[in-house]
Amino acid sequence: MQWIVDGVYLAVAVLFIVGLKAMSSPAKARRGITWAGVGMVLATLVTFLVPDMQNMALIVVAIVLGGGVAWWAGRVVKMTDMPQMVAIYNGMGGGAAALIAAVEFARGEVHGPVVATLAVLGSLIGSVAFSGSVIAFLKLQGIMNKAFRLPAQNLVNIALGVAAIGLGAWIVTSSVGAGTANAWLLVLFFVLALVLGAVLTSPIGGADMPVVISLLNAFTGLAVGFEGYVLGNPTLIIAGIVVGASGTLLTQLMAKAMNRPILNVLFTPITGEAQAGGAIEGRMKEMSATDAAALMRYSEKVIVIPGYGMAVAGAQHKVWEMAKLLEDEGVEVKFAIHPVAGRMPGHMNVLLAEAGVPYEKIFDLDEINAEFPQTDVALVIGANDVVNPVARTDKSSPIYGMPILDADKARNCIVIKRGRGAGYSGIENALFYADNTSMLYGSAQQAVADVIAQLKELG
Amino acid sequence: MTDVLYLYIFMLAAFTGYEVISRVPVILHTPLMSGSNFIHGVVLVGAMYALGHATTPLQIALGFLAVLLGAANAAGGYVVTERMLAMFAPKTKKKLPAGEQGA
Repeated sequence: MQWIVDGVYLAVAVLFIVGLKAMSSPAKARRGITWAGVGMVLATLVTFLVPDMQNMALIVVAIVLGGGVAWWAGRVVKMTDMPQMVAIYNGMGGGAAALIAAVEFARGEVHGPVVATLAVLGSLIGSVAFSGSVIAFLKLQGIMNKAFRLPAQNLVNIALGVAAIGLGAWIVTSSVGAGTANAWLLVLFFVLALVLGAVLTSPIGGADMPVVISLLNAFTGLAVGFEGYVLGNPTLIIAGIVVGASGTLLTQLMAKAMNRPILNVLFTPITGEAQAGGAIEGRMKEMSATDAAALMRYSEKVIVIPGYGMAVAGAQHKVWEMAKLLEDEGVEVKFAIHPVAGRMPGHMNVLLAEAGVPYEKIFDLDEINAEFPQTDVALVIGANDVVNPVARTDKSSPIYGMPILDADKARNCIVIKRGRGAGYSGIENALFYADNTSMLYGSAQQAVADVIAQLKELG
Repeated sequence: MTDVLYLYIFMLAAFTGYEVISRVPVILHTPLMSGSNFIHGVVLVGAMYALGHATTPLQIALGFLAVLLGAANAAGGYVVTERMLAMFAPKTKKKLPAGEQGA
């Protein structure tokens, strides 16, 4: 029996790696997830054949319950809410890894210093990933709105981290020979690790969120790999460590796209209050849908900059309808996507593709920024921080240095926005006060529908 | 000796993970994160081991919770990734209704 199990596990490891590889290329990405999915089903089924397995009924019940609810939730959730679903599922994986270590300690099966060290590290990282991801979920879901920041936040982080590691080292030394450790010591350790994850994540907000989720994803991978060592299961080691390594690289790529070093993301989070710089000059000017429609209708070139506001309003179909109307009148329409538009890299591309916008009309920041000075109208729909020129000019601003789309360099700029408030990160946007900017207030869905109606009237 | 072998697996897996996604376009960052989130859902297998060898009520409770969470990670991770990547499919189909795809 064991050889079947081992053989299947080997095949599963291959499927995971090949699947992940395919997922990094647009043409093969869908095949990739299918292969990985086949691997997961095989791994789960063959595990039932492992000799001496008890509690089979309970295992089945837990899989059906946990898997069923998660499957259903993943099906019904809106495309815009995907990022927080990734966060919460990732947290569950981290929690599972930590619980595996807890079970092994309870069984007294943690033998030898290497196994004990990895069990402790895995549960520390897994617990941090769990509570951190739950906080990330609550923030993206809008349940937890304010960035929560302790006085001397970094000191608290370091103190908690040192305490958790110290306690972990104590557990490792006391478990040598015994195969387990004092139960209260373990409980305290897990509580500390969970608190650390929550405290570390709660002050982080705004555009930094995707980087944090990616980092926590890499953490869970490592935790899974470490617990794989504890259990002596190579599939867990390979899958976990491969995800840990690729997740770390992906986190770096994302952080680079935003010009935010990872350490800054964690230790000097973007918050509105951090802004010290002087008040913004000028005032906001309002524009009607009629004027906006006319301005764009008689332009030569319009660049649409979609942001999270468009995604929330589900306005991508309307926006594409408007773009087609403009194109019928001979206006050149392009879509400019900031690397972190829609809370996550690539998220906005997915939403536009869903609405039917062809790929060749969608441009990255690097590709399109030089075109703004020759553009008649930059139409900003529900985007804010990613077009804030303060990032270029004001050294005291928390988003200083972040690459932005140069909407302010277009001849005219129309901003569709729900209200007058500041953006997701709480920073005032100088673009809204610029002379060539006009505000079109309303939800993205309604405002664009109004523009479409006016365009049709212009004929 | 097996302990050392496992450490070799660690090292090789780390290099593999780094190499495997070295050239990835920005549009795939989110789906790829989601996909790797699914792959570490294999923690389910470890959780099954843990529950499968649990004896006391405490161990069983912890193990049950581990399987529950692990299964959610795997199933949810798959669905979410699959839905994201489905958006990359209609590239050929979209040519047909190009004119009248309103609403």
